[in-house]
Amino acid sequence: MRRAVNSVLLITLITGLSFSYISIAEQQPVRKWKPIKDDGIHDPASSAIGVLQNPAEALSVLPPDTAGNQVNWVKALRDGHIKPRTHLNKQGKLERLDTDIIMEDTLEMPNVLFPHRAHTEWMDCASCHDHIFKSKAGATPVSMFDILQGKYCGRCHGAVSFPLTECDRCHSVGKKRKASK
Amino acid sequence: MNKQKNRLIDHIKYSVMIAALLVITFAPTGQVKAEFGDVVINNYSDKAGMPPVVFPHWFHRIRFRCKVCHGDLGFEFKAGGNDINMVKIIDGQYCGACHNGEIAWSIENCNICHSAPVGTPTQVHESTLQKLIKPDQNKTEDKK
Repeated sequence: MRRAVNSVLLITLITGLSFSYISIAEQQPVRKWKPIKDDGIHDPASSAIGVLQNPAEALSVLPPDTAGNQVNWVKALRDGHIKPRTHLNKQGKLERLDTDIIMEDTLEMPNVLFPHRAHTEWMDCASCHDHIFKSKAGATPVSMFDILQGKYCGRCHGAVSFPLTECDRCHSVGKKRKASK
Repeated sequence: MNKQKNRLIDHIKYSVMIAALLVITFAPTGQVKAEFGDVVINNYSDKAGMPPVVFPHWFHRIRFRCKVCHGDLGFEFKAGGNDINMVKIIDGQYCGACHNGEIAWSIENCNICHSAPVGTPTQVHESTLQKLIKPDQNKTEDKK
């Protein structure tokens, strides 16, 4: 009996330790970026090696994320870590929209919340409307099949914006949260 | 006494196994990743005897909002989907809007852009598509 209790205690201890290790690791993600010369797309013999900036130098000082460039770009912009120009030659203003769009047609997945705010901090209305998305909510037949082929959200997500394997970042609200009519 | 010892050893063995499993399952892999969003453009480079171009999105989005290029400068949201050539660039279109020696370094620095190994197909490096689908299929997809 005592041995059983002991082994249960031991297992609990080890489990606890592993989980605390995990939570520590999550708080301080180990971020690594391949140097340009080893990244698999630059020719190691190219004279650009040594001239081009290595990602680690620029990205390691930006707010962390777990996917893509391992940078939380939205936070980097909002918190002023980066100040990307709004226009080619000047820093101007962009038209910002705060409306959230809820997409309900998601089968067994949680509903999708599309935040206009995060998107209009980087882009114009004309970037997406109306050639990718119609301006009327629900009027565009968005599907994961198309997104995975680079249409709709997949124009950017999966290529430049966070990857399409981050399901719950979009499918982020339960089935109860409905689109406002 | 020996039996007890053996049992204790068994307990320790199992505990260590469970712990190891937990660590393997949940531990961050810490693997090094090549850079997400880098675009290789090889519409004309190979045929012209030049190494293909590598465009690093991460470097440019630190400096410009998406809309500056994908909007003001007319870049389509599609790797290889822009009919860019050096004549247009010299004329101040596409990359040439900045890479003119005023906003960014000028076009005589050929090899800084043309820096991929010869024969590298047009692609978005590390994209979800590239990771989920065989590279060969991805190549044909990109050529369309």
